[in-house]
Amino acid sequence: MMPFALWFVAGVLIVALTIYVLTGGADYGGGVWDLCAAGPRAQAQRDLIAHAIGPVWEADHVWLILVVVILFDGFPPAFARIMTAMHVPITLMLIGVVLRGSAFSFRSYGLGQDRARREWGRVFSIASLITPILLGIIIGAIASGRIPANPHVLRDFVTPWLTPFCFGVGVFTLAIFAYLAATYATVEAGAVGDPALADDFRRRAIGAALAVGVIAGVVLTLSIHGAPLIWNGLTHRGWTWPIFWLTTIFALAALWALWTRRFALARICAAGQVALILWGWALAQFPYLLEPDLTIFNAAAPVRTLDILALALAAGALLLLPSYRYLLIVFKRDRRAAVAVATPPPRD
Amino acid sequence: MTHLIAARSQMAMSLAFHILFACVGIAMPLLMIVAEWRYRRTRDEVYLLLARRWAIGAAIMFAVGAVSGTVLSFELGLLWPHFMGWAGAIIGMPFSLEGFAFFTEAIFLGIYMYGWDRVSPRAHLGAGAMVALSGVVSGIFIVIANAWMNTPVGFRLVGGNPVDIDPLATLTNPAALHETVHMTIAAYAATGFVVAGIHAAMWLRDRANLFHRRALAIAFAVGAVAAILQPLSGDASARAVARLQPIKIAAFEGLFVTGPHAPLAIGGIPDVGARRLRYAIELPSMLSIMTYHNPDAVMRGLDSFPENDWPSPLIAVHLAFQIMVGAGFAMAALALWGAWLAWWRRNLFGSVWFMRALALAAPLGLIAVEAGWVVTEVGRQPWIIYGVMRTAQAVTPMPGLYITFPIFSLLYLFLGVTVAFLMWRQVMASPTSAELAALAATEER
Repeated sequence: MMPFALWFVAGVLIVALTIYVLTGGADYGGGVWDLCAAGPRAQAQRDLIAHAIGPVWEADHVWLILVVVILFDGFPPAFARIMTAMHVPITLMLIGVVLRGSAFSFRSYGLGQDRARREWGRVFSIASLITPILLGIIIGAIASGRIPANPHVLRDFVTPWLTPFCFGVGVFTLAIFAYLAATYATVEAGAVGDPALADDFRRRAIGAALAVGVIAGVVLTLSIHGAPLIWNGLTHRGWTWPIFWLTTIFALAALWALWTRRFALARICAAGQVALILWGWALAQFPYLLEPDLTIFNAAAPVRTLDILALALAAGALLLLPSYRYLLIVFKRDRRAAVAVATPPPRD
Repeated sequence: MTHLIAARSQMAMSLAFHILFACVGIAMPLLMIVAEWRYRRTRDEVYLLLARRWAIGAAIMFAVGAVSGTVLSFELGLLWPHFMGWAGAIIGMPFSLEGFAFFTEAIFLGIYMYGWDRVSPRAHLGAGAMVALSGVVSGIFIVIANAWMNTPVGFRLVGGNPVDIDPLATLTNPAALHETVHMTIAAYAATGFVVAGIHAAMWLRDRANLFHRRALAIAFAVGAVAAILQPLSGDASARAVARLQPIKIAAFEGLFVTGPHAPLAIGGIPDVGARRLRYAIELPSMLSIMTYHNPDAVMRGLDSFPENDWPSPLIAVHLAFQIMVGAGFAMAALALWGAWLAWWRRNLFGSVWFMRALALAAPLGLIAVEAGWVVTEVGRQPWIIYGVMRTAQAVTPMPGLYITFPIFSLLYLFLGVTVAFLMWRQVMASPTSAELAALAATEER
């Protein structure tokens, strides 16, 4: 019999990952649109993204740290194995994380001339483009069931993730992040009362939505050989079709809402769609953390550790969720006045 | 460069980089909310300007600290997977609690930085206080995890594996109290001195400048209180280490020979081949007296431990200890000098020589922090979990760390230079007395 704490910890793990993708992922997507800013309102697009990300990105980023901590506290053998075999892509991803975060803060608080800030903006946006691909590659490798138990030969450090399927998941992740960011940005632009800007992001969101659909098809096809566990899970389990149809409904609803400029609704539908994609993956892989031998049961920490971790997570949530909500309310409810930025008043 | 040395170097370099930002991230919010609080009380615009400027510095430091901390949380697994697989279930506890503290810090920093005009003054100051508090708590949890690596508890060893794991026991491991107190005080002392030192240098160039006077007064007050408390905490820590990890104190002192009347060594270079400390000033019996309050007390020297358990490189531990203690005492002396000026002479700014000394002492605290981490981390070697798991057993089988180590080193060097440049420009952009006078004139109108 599985203890309740294990369900709880595993549940929080997937919920934290979901929130990270929906918030932190969109912050990365914002960087992508910073890179792709174009047209007469290019600067306005960049500013909107900077103001949307500025107050929240560090808090959003902590969800990733929470995922890592839960993994090594609750499932230490799985953590050790992923960190060993995925050393190369994780290292590359970390470089992206460092450059994205520092460059963004240098640009925001740098007080510099425009040129230096533009350079930092470029570092920020390129790092925002590459990091999600690497994150996706890591997730793809975990899903593919190819992470070896004892990687003692050189080729084992590259072969698990150097596959078409993993790169497919990498590009898919990038497309999802960009889609979320563009969809959220339509709401942000509407809130600052700029319909032309909202329309810029509406077009981007629709384009990204279609890309997500196409890439999803490609990744699914690649999974037949690239991740048989996921393919079988998605096609041979009872709950699969309801999830599949639900995801499709959310996707179509998001597209329709974007088309008809119901941006608030589109934001909810897009977030729901992405959450369902993640849960579909998690359910397809259940109960494996790492195929073929590590499940959430046999990789779990001892019961006492799980009990205390579950308690800590519950207590932490009591502290955290109201604060996080407060943050989002302060900066996301009424964006009209949010142009007041962190930089000090000009000195003269 | 061997595989193990490459892994240790990468970890050491990542920690050495992160700890500077972590210290400033812990202590800077306190300075910034004191400045804001003074503004709310006095309505003096100079304090508001100060709070905003300090907040920008704190935000840049926090962002770099956050991303370099993320790297570390992964590096624990990337470089030491066997350690994390073995110990994750035991020491995950302080790390998960730290996660929540860090979360709180990030949330309220966002509110503080971007919320000047979006939340009430009281809520804004409250957000700043949350940043200051959660920064300290976050640091404490990380240091608790480190203390556990020095004094592991909360499990029984059966056949080389941990059983009967009690994660809560890790929170009260024997080294936790003295390590967390010492580190927290160090963060305030180092940050207080570096900020005070910078403003002292600026004040020397523009002596009527209220901005730098007020900044200096706040930063020096925080730094001085911490610097005066630190020798007491250091004394307690050294005695705890002598009790818990006697080989470490022998390495700190370069004490090779066991016996009573152990001398206190100042400076010197340990010669491992000859088993003696060369060129040191030795105060007879002082080590026995300081550790056990008894000159006849026997101190264990390195000779009472097998040589393959000696920390290596020994010279790094010994010299780092000398540097840490020397910097600590210099800061405490400056703190007392400043306190004497402020109380008896009623004017902290009365002595130009004091200000010059303060400006020169700006990096002392950060140097002491770095040295202190060498003392505790290299002093723990060759163990990753003291007495339980050797560092060599924990290292990843992933080859080619001699490639990732220089990559991260260059990345951090680049970031470090950039941050230093941004901070320098921040300082250079601080208001001159003429500008402050103009500001005051506008207010009166």
